[in-house]
Amino acid sequence: MEKDQDKVLDEVTSGEYKYGFVTEIETDVIPAGLNEDVIRLISSKKEEPEWLLEFRLKAFRHWQTMKMPQWANLKIPEIRYQDIIFYAAPKQKIAPSSLSDVDPELLRTFDKLGIPLEEQKHLTGVAVDAVMDSISVKTTFRETLAEMGIIFCSFSEAVKEHPTLVQKYLASVVPHTDNFFASLNSAVFSDGSFCYIPKGVRCPMELSTYFRINASNTGQFERTLLIADEGSYVSYLEGCTAPMRDENQLHAAVVEIIAERGAEVKYSTVQNWYPGDKEGKGGIFNFVTKRGICKGDDSKISWTQVETGSAVTWKYPSCILRGDNSTGEFYSVAVTNNYQQADTGTKMIHIGKNTRSTIVSKGISAGHGQNSYRGLVKVLRKAESARNFSQCDSLLLGDRCGAHTFPYIEVDNPSAIVEHEATTSRIGEDQIFYCNQRGISTEDAIGLIVNGYAREVINKLPMEFAVEAQKLLQISLEGSVG
Amino acid sequence: MKNDFLLQIKELKASIDNKEILKGLSLEVKPGEIHAIMGPNGSGKSTLASVLTGREIATVTHGTVTFEGRNLLEMSPEERAREGIFLSFQYPIEIPGVSMVNFMKTAINEQRKHRGLEPLTASEFLRQMREKKELVEIDSALTNRSVNEGFSGGEKKKNEIFQMAMLEPRLALLDETDSGLDIDALRIVANGVNKIRRPDTSVIVITHYQRLLDYIVPDHVHVLYDGRIVRSAGPELALELEERGYDWIRKEAEVSAESWTTGQK
Repeated sequence: MEKDQDKVLDEVTSGEYKYGFVTEIETDVIPAGLNEDVIRLISSKKEEPEWLLEFRLKAFRHWQTMKMPQWANLKIPEIRYQDIIFYAAPKQKIAPSSLSDVDPELLRTFDKLGIPLEEQKHLTGVAVDAVMDSISVKTTFRETLAEMGIIFCSFSEAVKEHPTLVQKYLASVVPHTDNFFASLNSAVFSDGSFCYIPKGVRCPMELSTYFRINASNTGQFERTLLIADEGSYVSYLEGCTAPMRDENQLHAAVVEIIAERGAEVKYSTVQNWYPGDKEGKGGIFNFVTKRGICKGDDSKISWTQVETGSAVTWKYPSCILRGDNSTGEFYSVAVTNNYQQADTGTKMIHIGKNTRSTIVSKGISAGHGQNSYRGLVKVLRKAESARNFSQCDSLLLGDRCGAHTFPYIEVDNPSAIVEHEATTSRIGEDQIFYCNQRGISTEDAIGLIVNGYAREVINKLPMEFAVEAQKLLQISLEGSVG
Repeated sequence: MKNDFLLQIKELKASIDNKEILKGLSLEVKPGEIHAIMGPNGSGKSTLASVLTGREIATVTHGTVTFEGRNLLEMSPEERAREGIFLSFQYPIEIPGVSMVNFMKTAINEQRKHRGLEPLTASEFLRQMREKKELVEIDSALTNRSVNEGFSGGEKKKNEIFQMAMLEPRLALLDETDSGLDIDALRIVANGVNKIRRPDTSVIVITHYQRLLDYIVPDHVHVLYDGRIVRSAGPELALELEERGYDWIRKEAEVSAESWTTGQK
C-alpha cells in the first residue's frame, strides 16, 4: 500500500507545468542592478511626470534603509538585488492603438496561454489587460467600457491620461514606506492595471489582468490601482504564469483598492507562477502587498485567491474597514507541493462601527511543501459591534509536508465578536478507497476530495475561472496521496 | 470454456497485519443467486469483503478468486468496481464538499468509459438520478448534499443502496447493511435491493442477524466461522441460527477441526 501510494505520489508530483515555455521576442532590457539612475531610466522610458519620479526616488531611498523581513515562516535564499534586471519590455510601441500594431509573436503567446486578445474571440463578458514583463501589451474592450465612464487601462497609460486620479490614490492604501517589498515596488514598479468605476456604475463585465514573466533574470513589479466610486460594483480577476527556469525570479507587486461609500469590489486571483521543479530548483519568489480600504460606509471588499504556483509565496491581501457597516472578506486556497513554501493570509482592520469580516483559508500541503496561514484580526477602540469569523483549515497529503497556523487577534472594543475555527486533516485512505470502490481512480479521487475541500473558496470565483481553478488544483496535486 | 459461475473463490487464505483471518474459504456464486454469509463477530466476514473489493488492508496468501472467469485478485479496486462489483459499506465514508451529484456522475462515467460507452448527458444523468431516488425512497435533499456528510446512519445505508441502483452491479456485496437500521429503514433498504436487482444480478449478503434475510431471501446460506465456511444450506439455516445462536456452530466447528487435525496425524 505504502509503495503504491509513493508511486502515485511520484506520478502526481511530476505533473508538468503547462505554461513553462519562453517566447522568443526582441526585448528592450536595461542592465541589471538597482540605483537611482536605474530608477530615473525606468521613469524616463515610461515618459513619466516629475512627481512620479520623485515618488519612486523617495521610495527607493526609504527602501535602502530597510531590511528584508524575517518573521515569515519561510526559508529564502539571499536575494541579490544588484543581479536583477528591473525593466524588460517586448519591443513594440507602448500602448498600441490597434491589434495590428501588436507583435504577432505576443498575440501567439497570449493565445497559447488561453488569453486571446482579439475581442471577438474572447470570452464575452471579460475585458483583459495583458502584461508581459514590464509593460502592458494590450487592453481589450476599453472603448466599450469607456462608454459607461469606466476607465480600464494599463497603469502607464493612466499616468498619462488620468494623472489626477493616479496622483490622488497612488500609495493611499499602501504607502511607499509600508514594508520592504512595497517600498521596492514603489521605487521600480513597471506596469499593471488601472481601473476606475464611476459613481453608481455596475461594471458589466469581469475586468482582468494577465501577468506574464518572459525575460530571464528579470523581476516583475506590477502596480495595480482599483477605485470603485460611490455605489459602484466591479469584479476583477488576475492570472499569472512564467517560463520554467532554473534561477529564481522575483515578483513583488502592489495592489491597492479603494471602495467608496456603498461600493463593492470583488478581487480574484488565480496565481500560477512557475513553482520550481521537483527538487525545488527555480520558481518565482512571490512577494505581494495587496490591500483594500473600505473607505465609505456600507462598502465591501472581497478577496478570493487560488495560489498554486510560485516557489515562495508571501502575501496577505487585507482590508481596512474604515466605513461604518463595511465588510471585508478573504477566501483563500493555497497549495504547496514539492518544495514550495507559502506564508499567506490576511489582515482585517476594523475601524468603523458594525464592520464585518470573514476569513476562510484552506491550505493544502503535499510533497515537502510548507504552508502557513498568518492572519491578523484587529478591532480598534471605536469599532463598535465589529464581527469577525475566521476559519483556517489545513489538508495534508503525505507525511513530509507541513501546515502551520499563526492567527493574531487584537481587540480593543469589548462589544466585538471574534470567532476562530481551525482544523487539520489528511485525505483518508478510507475516502480514497470509497472512491475506488465506485470505479474512481486514486488520482481522480484526490482531485475530487481536494476540490471538495476547497469548494467553499472556489465557489467564490467567477464561473469561468472556477472551472480553471478546479483543474489547476487537480494538476498541482495529481497523485499526492497521504 | 466459460464456466457458469460469476464468482468463484477457491481455498482462499488472507491475513491482516500478518494474522491469518481467512483460512481456506471456498464459495461459488452463479449469476442471479443470492448468498448470505453469516457468522459471529471476528469470523472473517468483513475481511472477505475487503479481499473481494481489493482493499489493501488484507493480504491474500493462498487460493484463487475469479470473476467471470478472470483473475479478480490481479485487478485494481477501481477496475473491479468498473467490472461490476459493488460494495455497500458497513460504515459509509464521508467526503466533505464533494456533492453526491458530482461523485455519482464521476463514478458512472468512469464505468461507462471502461465499457467503451460515451459519458451520460447531463439530462440523462439527472433523469436516472430521479428515477433511482424514487426506487430506493431516498430523500431528494440528500443527493444535493456532500457525500454522506451529516447523514444519519440510516440515510447513509439508503445512500449506499441508491448508489447501487445507479451503478447496476453484476455482484453486490452488502456488508452488514442491516446494522444500525430501524425496522422501517430496514424494509426500505431491503425492498430497494429487491427492486433494483435484475435477474442476473448476484448478491452476497454479509450479516450477523437473520432479520435482513426476511426481506432479501437467499438461495444459499453459509456460516463463516474462524475463516472457513463450516456449513452451507438453504434459507432455513438462517432461521436455525437465529433461534440457536452461533454456539452450536462453534462447538461443531471445533470438533470437526480437531478430528481434521487428528485425521492428518
